[in-house]
Amino acid sequence: MKTIRIGTGAGYSGDRIEPAVEVAEKGNIDYLVFECLAERTIAIAQKAKLNNPEAGYDALLTARMRAVLPACKQKGIKLITNMGAANPLAAARKTAEIAAELGISGLKIACVEGDDVLKVLTDKDINITETGAPVSTMGDTLLSANAYLGAAPLVEALEKGADVVITGRVADPALFLAPQIFEFGWSFDDWDRLAKGTAVGHLLECAGQITGGYYAEPGFKDVAGLARLGFPIAEVSEDGEFVITKVAEAGGMVTPDTCKEQILYEVHDPSSYLTPDVTADFSQITFTQEGTDRVRVGGVKGRERPATLKASVGYVDGYIGEGEMSYAGPGALARGRLALDIVKERLDIIGLEASELKFDLIGYNAIHADVLAPQPEPTEVRIRVAGRTASMAEAVRIGNEVETLYTNGPASGGGAAKSAKQVVAMLSALLPREDVIPTVQFIEA
Amino acid sequence: MKLYECAHSRTGDKGDISNISVIAYDQKDYEHLVQHVTAEKVRAHFKGIVHGDVVRYEIPSIGALNFVMQQALGGGVTKSLALDPHGKCLASALMAMDIPEKSA
Repeated sequence: MKTIRIGTGAGYSGDRIEPAVEVAEKGNIDYLVFECLAERTIAIAQKAKLNNPEAGYDALLTARMRAVLPACKQKGIKLITNMGAANPLAAARKTAEIAAELGISGLKIACVEGDDVLKVLTDKDINITETGAPVSTMGDTLLSANAYLGAAPLVEALEKGADVVITGRVADPALFLAPQIFEFGWSFDDWDRLAKGTAVGHLLECAGQITGGYYAEPGFKDVAGLARLGFPIAEVSEDGEFVITKVAEAGGMVTPDTCKEQILYEVHDPSSYLTPDVTADFSQITFTQEGTDRVRVGGVKGRERPATLKASVGYVDGYIGEGEMSYAGPGALARGRLALDIVKERLDIIGLEASELKFDLIGYNAIHADVLAPQPEPTEVRIRVAGRTASMAEAVRIGNEVETLYTNGPASGGGAAKSAKQVVAMLSALLPREDVIPTVQFIEA
Repeated sequence: MKLYECAHSRTGDKGDISNISVIAYDQKDYEHLVQHVTAEKVRAHFKGIVHGDVVRYEIPSIGALNFVMQQALGGGVTKSLALDPHGKCLASALMAMDIPEKSA
């Protein structure tokens, strides 16, 4: 039976590059997939594109392409990525430029677009899922709207001979499902196989999170070689059966337990994992250790795909101002509390206009509030004040009031830090499928 | 005993919703988890952090529970004022929950 090997090259936009090179050179893979697009990345990229029509793609695209294109060309590995972000066409042109610099010729680079649905959303004044209100109520805060595309346009690109496929917003698992549909000729209504292929994608899309990254708990869950953590490889056969593995000498490990943590990551109802291509059912999934760093996955089933497509909607949600200061030694907690009280009163005196304020003692209650029983008093705390405001000028005042604790606050405060930023936040909307029209075009290098 | 003595966990986020897996190290302990780590207990454990409903899903084939918690991330990852806006650390807080000793 025909099998293919798919490797992960990145699990988020800032991910390490060496493991991608390692997987390309030593993983005996046919496809290398980079998943680099977090929920709000595309809204921020859209802003960059408005300032510069050639910008708006992943900041590490150039470094990644330079690092892996030689091995991909030499070994005939096809590369699939959503590093196009808000500008897949510019990303494809840049990739062609890099290929030329590296002396690589005859590379077919496909660019998948059509995920930008801002116009459809506003023309039809579609409702926002979270608020139930039509998008027009968001006024000029609206930045971007991108539908999660399925695997179909990527399959089309591969059928037309693409060596590199660059997309914007595509459902993460679809980046991995597409090569399986293309190689095995699966039908777009073969729900069980599409679900298995989607499980491959879901397990691989966060890269190191299934090879022992984000897993270690000293004394309970020890992982060797985290500083050399390798990225995962799926070995998939025509019938959709698959094994998760990694390059033997890479750091980390693949075990049923690392797979269990990842299969439920960002999943709600495990019997209904919704994607544009299929509704996958992970509720009876099994993981079996078949050898060192080899885990066989079974029990995945599928049902018909959802009728609508989800779009993520980016908008400007005001500003956040922050300030921090540390206190240490005997009485650190008391001085930290006094500092917070002072800042609270100061923000009142200066008439700060904030819709929400948060006062934290980092090292004491900043993360878990009062959920955990009080611990012995820490000998170091860092106070943190954060607030939401309608303007940048107002946000800046928060950090300023924390910083002035240096000469106006409790004794021995140190290491003040302050920041203020515009908040790009995300909402979602559901669109009829016929309103989303993916396109595929080629750049030759 | 503490939950971390027999289970491990990972948190995921989508908007203002957090999900936390609770996975038995030993499949034999799964029933103990089903019995003692209920949605109600998790909701009470996260009082003051989680403001919405908590729903529990059971995945016996891998000895795991999955808790889906609404209004758990300060309005959502992209806008939260929290130091840990993704709520990534929530899994560790859940592992500190007390559960009855396993019977021998």
